[in-house]
Amino acid sequence: MNHWLIAPLVLPLVAGMLSLLLVARPGLQRALSVGATAGLLPVTLLLLCFAGSGEFGVYPLGNWPAPFGIVLVLDRLTALMLLLTAVLALLVLLHAVNGDDRRGRDFHVLFQLQLLGINGAFLTGDLFNLFVFFEILLIASYGLALHGGGAERTRASLHYVVLNLIGSALFLIAVGTLYAAAGTLNMADLAVKVAAAPPESAALLRAAALLLLAVFGLKAALLPLHLWLPALYGHATAPVAALFAIMTKVGVYAILRSYTLIFPADGAGSDVGHWLLPLALLTLAAGAVGVLGSHRLRVLIAYLVVVSVGTLLAGIGLFNVGGISAALYYLPHTTLVSAGLFLLADLIARQRGIHGDDFVIGPPLAQPTRLGVLFFLGAVAAAGLPPLSGFIGKLLLLQAVAPAQAAWLWTIVLTGSLVGLIALSRAGSRIFWKTAGDRAVAGHAPLTLFMPAALLLAMSVAMTLLAAPAIRYTEATAAQLLAPQQYINAVLGAQP
Amino acid sequence: MEAVAALTLAVLVTCGVYLVLRARTYPVVLGLSLLSYAVNLFLFFTGRLVTGAPPLAGAATPTADPLPQALVLTAIVIGFGMTAFVVILALRARGELGNDHVDGKGDGQ
Repeated sequence: MNHWLIAPLVLPLVAGMLSLLLVARPGLQRALSVGATAGLLPVTLLLLCFAGSGEFGVYPLGNWPAPFGIVLVLDRLTALMLLLTAVLALLVLLHAVNGDDRRGRDFHVLFQLQLLGINGAFLTGDLFNLFVFFEILLIASYGLALHGGGAERTRASLHYVVLNLIGSALFLIAVGTLYAAAGTLNMADLAVKVAAAPPESAALLRAAALLLLAVFGLKAALLPLHLWLPALYGHATAPVAALFAIMTKVGVYAILRSYTLIFPADGAGSDVGHWLLPLALLTLAAGAVGVLGSHRLRVLIAYLVVVSVGTLLAGIGLFNVGGISAALYYLPHTTLVSAGLFLLADLIARQRGIHGDDFVIGPPLAQPTRLGVLFFLGAVAAAGLPPLSGFIGKLLLLQAVAPAQAAWLWTIVLTGSLVGLIALSRAGSRIFWKTAGDRAVAGHAPLTLFMPAALLLAMSVAMTLLAAPAIRYTEATAAQLLAPQQYINAVLGAQP
Repeated sequence: MEAVAALTLAVLVTCGVYLVLRARTYPVVLGLSLLSYAVNLFLFFTGRLVTGAPPLAGAATPTADPLPQALVLTAIVIGFGMTAFVVILALRARGELGNDHVDGKGDGQ
């Protein structure tokens, strides 16, 4: 069992390096990339079964015991995020191998390294190691964001790169401050040291906690650090934008992990405990305004990602079992559905010729029924209408809030849903009904191009059917996160 | 020594932030490099400023902390790679957008 824990890192790393050697053999490279990504699925399922029993998997790298060496830690939250990444990556890659991966040379290399960074960020139990994995996933994402080329992509990427370099500098300052104040960087050990910190280092720790919130908020696109997202996601190649749906969730994961373990909201992280909920609701509102104002389908979906980040962080910002559990149920739903919508927008744009996914009167689509049904499904799921999983997630969130905060949260979450519904129905009617002229010459999309988008959106149906076991799992996860002593005991007591 | 260290950091960060806020890409890249120098120095200082002390805890006091140096090495490598990447990206943006403004809009537009 023990060594399976590192497989989600080894598999994409080896596949990425081998793909680099196979640049001259694109067919083989493609097969290797798909095979390795598909291999992640059984591995992460196995890890989920292991973590689902409530046990912790601790993997000391180099066999150094916990506070001295770097450890990988598997708990329920990590296992959930790993499985989500594997499902998303496989479906996105199946879309990409229809031709998008040939628009740049190193797509598969970057894709695998991006998976390495994402999985590493979820698995690591060391703050500096988290920084390193963040950098790996960022470097790969810089390359992927430019995939396909073009002026708009270059401009959006330049902003993204500069912002994230500043973010990395802040991350290092926060890590350095924490190390100076607490003398350790292992997350479990930090939790112990921060809780027992003398009053003279309290100010340094507060500064570090808030700096980390800024860094993770930049990754998660928390207001006011969300402005890079719509341009980048709206212009990236479809499979890249779909994969990036998980990137904001890495930031959300880091916030959830840090402020339940290292700086619990009722202890050292009380500033964050106060700030997170209002910031999340403001993010939601800003995203909703963007959704209404967007004039292209992909930009609209990008703003929906901002809205979903606001919803997730609002759930986490409640810092109770109900709120975190609701956020964790909503997280896979929103990731998969927004990725599916990005792929669907690409299919739609291909059949509209030069009009792309702009909301202008264009030619009728070649396959209006299939695309229309998928769009309807995606819109219902994304707007949070019953019966699909978006509705269940939002309902859980509304139930979890305490009466004192209910007025604000209910108003903003429900208005956000209504705005999403209006914008999506307007987008759908423009694209599918307000058409003029002849059908575009661009022919029918083959089934292999349809399936990934359809399967991603169908995940919402699956999550609705499996809601009871899924909610049991997320509730257990939330309870585990809010009792960090188990995590600390598992890591610091682990014998190599 | 602490005052000199703090002043060095302050000057580096101030210049870095000023340059990062410029409108053209070359000053922004320079600003990012200055910021990363400041961060590297900062990480180095987190082990406290001691001279001529052994890097191991034990009998002798005071001791020097070897861990920040390992952290700095990692940070330098990553910062170096990132700077190289952002230089190339800025050059490409110059080529594709036709000017070197960060927002891609030249003087006349």
